[in-house]
Amino acid sequence: MTEIHVPPLLDGVEPVQSVRTPIRMEYTFTPGVAAQTYLREFGNKKILGNVSPVDGAILVPPRGADPRHGVLCEEFVEMPHTGHVGSYCVTNVPIPGRELDLPYISAWIFLDGADVGFLNLVAECPPEECRIGMRVEAVWKPDEEIATTAENILYWKPSGGPDIPFEEAGVRSWHARKKGGSNA
Amino acid sequence: MGTGGELAAVVGVGMTKFSATRGDVSMPGLVREAAQRALQDAGMEWDDIDAVVMGKAPDFFEGVMMPEIFLSEALGCVGKPMLRVHTAGSVGGSTALVAASLVHSGVHKRVLTVAWEKQSESNAMWALSLKQPFQVSINAGAGGYFSPIIRQYMEATQAPELIGCMVAFKDRQHALLNPYAHLHQPDLTFDQVVESPMLWEPIRYSETCPSSDGAAAMVIVNEEEANKSTSPAWIHAGAMRSEANNFPGRDEVNPLASRECAADLWRQAGIVDPRKEIDVVEMYVPFSWYEPMWLESLGFCNRGDGWKLVESGATHIDGGDLPVNCSGGVLSSNPIGASGMIRFAEAALQVRGMAGDHQVDGAQKALGHAYGGGAQYFAMWVVGKDKPAA
Repeated sequence: MTEIHVPPLLDGVEPVQSVRTPIRMEYTFTPGVAAQTYLREFGNKKILGNVSPVDGAILVPPRGADPRHGVLCEEFVEMPHTGHVGSYCVTNVPIPGRELDLPYISAWIFLDGADVGFLNLVAECPPEECRIGMRVEAVWKPDEEIATTAENILYWKPSGGPDIPFEEAGVRSWHARKKGGSNA
Repeated sequence: MGTGGELAAVVGVGMTKFSATRGDVSMPGLVREAAQRALQDAGMEWDDIDAVVMGKAPDFFEGVMMPEIFLSEALGCVGKPMLRVHTAGSVGGSTALVAASLVHSGVHKRVLTVAWEKQSESNAMWALSLKQPFQVSINAGAGGYFSPIIRQYMEATQAPELIGCMVAFKDRQHALLNPYAHLHQPDLTFDQVVESPMLWEPIRYSETCPSSDGAAAMVIVNEEEANKSTSPAWIHAGAMRSEANNFPGRDEVNPLASRECAADLWRQAGIVDPRKEIDVVEMYVPFSWYEPMWLESLGFCNRGDGWKLVESGATHIDGGDLPVNCSGGVLSSNPIGASGMIRFAEAALQVRGMAGDHQVDGAQKALGHAYGGGAQYFAMWVVGKDKPAA
């Protein structure tokens, strides 16, 4: 331990070793063309994906670029509201700033036809019944509450039907469908 | 490195004691403690240092913007070149490699490199769960991110469920041999690891790294300077790679960037069979299952066989032929920004024969490894007791 020397005046006073100084920041976020287009259509209960000009890979949600090649993705495609669980976590840890009953399932959702997944909540499913490859469908907010926010979809629920086999589920679907060619 | 340039070696290593809260020191005090020890080990004074290279995890962890600026005086940077490196959790490793590159290139002769984190002044769980604008907030920290990846490894390999617990128990046993380790749990039993609560199923509490305060530092010098040292750790190879965290067909379990980084490293070091040629490994294992996963990715065994190395005891310091994380690893001490540099520094200590009770006898070549982000950033080095073959 480092010895801390203080003036005699402060003898016997409990030394302050740390203080908490909460800060707050406000900012303006500019979503850009891809996210803006996606959010506007999301407000119409449509899910858009970006199509890569390089090999037709479908990226959901659209980011406006293909991270593999650094190329602009300007083409959009409308996606179905069904997909499967690529992988998942049964979480017993609260998320700062969000109230969820524990445990909850966070899962990588791969929409049918999409080549990447996104992280979202799976509910109406006991944790022990969740599986990699389990088919799911979107549960939307009531129509009157739909807006241009990411929270339009409350969660994803099991939709029944046969599971996608592990070898073809999630990130493996790209290779299983041999869409990747030499870039796989 | 292997591709030419001047030889470089580690001649000084310094670390702080790692603990949940180093309330007795400020951030400058913390980094200075590690740096002072590294200088002492190197037999140098502050004035002997030509340049300083620092690294830590992203600024929003502690909420101090550009801390390298306010730490400059504590680290004797005034009037000298000073650099800060950012590569998320791998930063301690890449910081060391940047420092080494200043020597390999002939720009500087004696470089001090320091990495740190003061998690007691930060909230990493919050920082790693930040809500992005117009995105759903669903990820609960690093465990929430890595759990689905680990689940895929378990399902793909059909590894026995308790392999992760074996790794965690081993690293906590190793930590007892390292006075600097944060977690010292002499009474911990394997059953307690198994019975600890699931946080991010399949990751248990005891399979998770702690939150630590701490810093690590090294003095890296050129050949002329290293020849004056009685115990240099010669840098045989160093490599870095990165990749995006979400793209079609991404192998999350065994990322391409990791495989390519390892291949480059072994090529530079002239290593053909890492299992035989590497004597001791310090790899970045913040969640237990990453030990078998990285053993495979780094080429210590075939894909799908990493868990068998763990199960066989090969990675245990007591009797294993490929001891992994003899210091206790990230699972026993995790000052995030420093964790990668601790791996690199521990590798150096091993080949210098200075690792104390967790020394692997006669270690000639050691691997230091770090990763970060969503398993996106990789930094690795090989250090040796002897100079690299010309």
